[in-house]
Amino acid sequence: MSRSILLRGGRVIDPSQSLDETADVLIVDDTVEAIGARVASETSNRDGLEIIDCTGLIVSPGFVDVHCHLREPGREEVETIATGARAAAAGGFTSVCAMPNTDPVTDNQAAVGFIIRQGTIANAARVYPVGAISLGQRGEALAEFGEMVAAGAVAVSDDGRPVASAHLMRTALEYARTFGIPVADHCEEPTLANGGAMNEGIVSARLGLKGIPAEAEEIMAIRDILLARRTGGHIHLCHMSTRGSVELIRWGKDRGINVTAEVCPHHISLTEDAVEDYDTNAKMNPPLRTADDVAALQQAVRDGTIDVIATDHAPHHYDEKEREFADAPNGIVGLETALAVNITWLVAPGIIDLPLLIERMSCAPSRVYKLSGGTLRRGAPADVTVFDPETTWVVEPSRFKSKGRNTPYAGHTLQGRARFTLVGGRVVYRADE
Amino acid sequence: MIPSLGKDLLGLERLSGDQIKLILDTAEPFKEISERAIKKVPTLRGATIVNLFFEASTRTRVSFEFAEKRLSADTVNVAASGSSVSKGETLVDTARNLEAMRIDMVVIRHGASGAAQFLADRIESNVINAGDGTHEHPTQGLLDLLTLRDHFGRLDGIKVCIVGDVMHSRVARSNIWGLTKMGADVGVCGPRSLLPNAIDEMGVKVFNRVEEAIEWADALNILRLQFERMTAGYIPSQREYNRVFGISRERLDRAKRDILILHPGPMNRGVEIDSDVADGPFSVILEQVTNGVAVRMAVLYLLSGGKPELAESAKRGGGER
Repeated sequence: MSRSILLRGGRVIDPSQSLDETADVLIVDDTVEAIGARVASETSNRDGLEIIDCTGLIVSPGFVDVHCHLREPGREEVETIATGARAAAAGGFTSVCAMPNTDPVTDNQAAVGFIIRQGTIANAARVYPVGAISLGQRGEALAEFGEMVAAGAVAVSDDGRPVASAHLMRTALEYARTFGIPVADHCEEPTLANGGAMNEGIVSARLGLKGIPAEAEEIMAIRDILLARRTGGHIHLCHMSTRGSVELIRWGKDRGINVTAEVCPHHISLTEDAVEDYDTNAKMNPPLRTADDVAALQQAVRDGTIDVIATDHAPHHYDEKEREFADAPNGIVGLETALAVNITWLVAPGIIDLPLLIERMSCAPSRVYKLSGGTLRRGAPADVTVFDPETTWVVEPSRFKSKGRNTPYAGHTLQGRARFTLVGGRVVYRADE
Repeated sequence: MIPSLGKDLLGLERLSGDQIKLILDTAEPFKEISERAIKKVPTLRGATIVNLFFEASTRTRVSFEFAEKRLSADTVNVAASGSSVSKGETLVDTARNLEAMRIDMVVIRHGASGAAQFLADRIESNVINAGDGTHEHPTQGLLDLLTLRDHFGRLDGIKVCIVGDVMHSRVARSNIWGLTKMGADVGVCGPRSLLPNAIDEMGVKVFNRVEEAIEWADALNILRLQFERMTAGYIPSQREYNRVFGISRERLDRAKRDILILHPGPMNRGVEIDSDVADGPFSVILEQVTNGVAVRMAVLYLLSGGKPELAESAKRGGGER
């Protein structure tokens, strides 16, 4: 017997088919069966139909996070693929891409297979592995892209570390073309960024912390845009944080270079001022920048210079963050706050509307990484997020599904929250209440 | 109303001009104690103070210890060597252990910017920052201010130029905040590779050439050149640094005015400062050291709850705070 779920009476927004109307969505087994105003009346007598009332809620293709760190294998006390996938589901994500900077590094087909298997067992958001560009992320020899892709990797990246060698990056861009995968780029000129703990500027000067100048990111961004032009490879620039980077991406896109880019929720919401008082939960790489950078990134999300919003979810043990600022590790958790931060800082102020938010969180990431989600077309996998765009809530890290508690938003009142998350037609997250 | 200092002294950036003036004024009566044959008053009798030094220090540690002992506090020196990362115990555990021993005050010197605040946020005891990374060294800033005030009779309107490695100097930051809050004009001078990029946003004049700084200033506060800056590639050599930025008699003579010379120590003679300047008639380098004890006594007294108006009687031997 087939399973069926009816999402009834929500505002269905699916930018992939330019849809924005109040409608019902019928899911049969693992796929979208029908969308329309009268679906409910036609199906109400189906056996075993589960009806979820979506009145006043948004029904959208499931969110896709192309950039998160799930820490398994190696740091299971910090996060596991299972806790990460559940945190993702709680944040409205139906798919996440796990970066390869684990221990050991995901740089071979067996490691990729392990992540796929753990993701399957987790049975929450789908987990797609990203393979390393170089063996051990050491920046020397290419990893086996072909075998990793065959095992299920969807992109390659040395994220967490820059690819210092321009030659290696060039080769990776060329070699990745065979497999049609993006090269996800952690842009950081290592000699400029070396030892830096926050944005270089007046705040770092005052606090006596070594700064990371904007140019550390921008130099690598333009280097790799130029290498993409040379090679025809697809460069995907991760976690862009500066106005200059936005201008360089725009320059590349205007010339038809195969460049896509992502921004993180924290970089469109917070500035370097959050580091005041040496708050290690405001420490990440790239660092929080200036109000001018935030404004430029927000506009870039609006005008499409930035394609994708991705979390860079980076859990750390509280002991690791409870220390001197310069010694604390980089990164914050993001899966369970991303939607609300984006609504609070982009949608509520009117910078973008909900359809564009869904484009940046679901459709575009699926397209850029060639994943199956990002649409509610008939026959598509039923990966669906149902969220309340109006509700406000106070961030309490102790309630996260993630093992990570490291967030600069603790105690903030944010707007918008996932209510139901469906992956392949199954409800993997249901908000309590 | 007389301002209070609050629980901790972490930096001069967050103090008001009134609070800074309070410390300097309170230091005045304490100067005299160190001139007595019996250099001890009972003001902090029964108070326990830990001097927690994660970085090597002679001058500052000894100065604090004298200040504490001359106020009759019980003191313990802890020299924790090694960097915070390589050492086994974390700073938060160190803090908790100190708290558990019910101490009254901690004087902390640490290599990481923000370490003093980190400690202060986690323990009830008063915390005094004796230098945190490249952030602040407030008691050094205060003793520099006191020394300048002794000589000029005021701080308002005097021109002080800080010369050298401002980027890596906690002394520079504390001086910039302290002096600007007290109405002085502050300049900085050094190789641009050793000045923070955003330095002009801190309300200071920037001089590229030391000759221009000397032309402008009433006083120079000359910073120690850390030799590891050469290997880190910020400047080419000590020799060239001395030629371009070193304070020599000859350079000072060209100004045709008396310029007061300060240096927080320890000095590299022949590098940032020539010996005939350091030992010359306008050098107040040893007065700085003397004032350091008085300023630290004032800070200890005020943080322990001592009333500024009673400082005069406190030094006469009254137990009152």
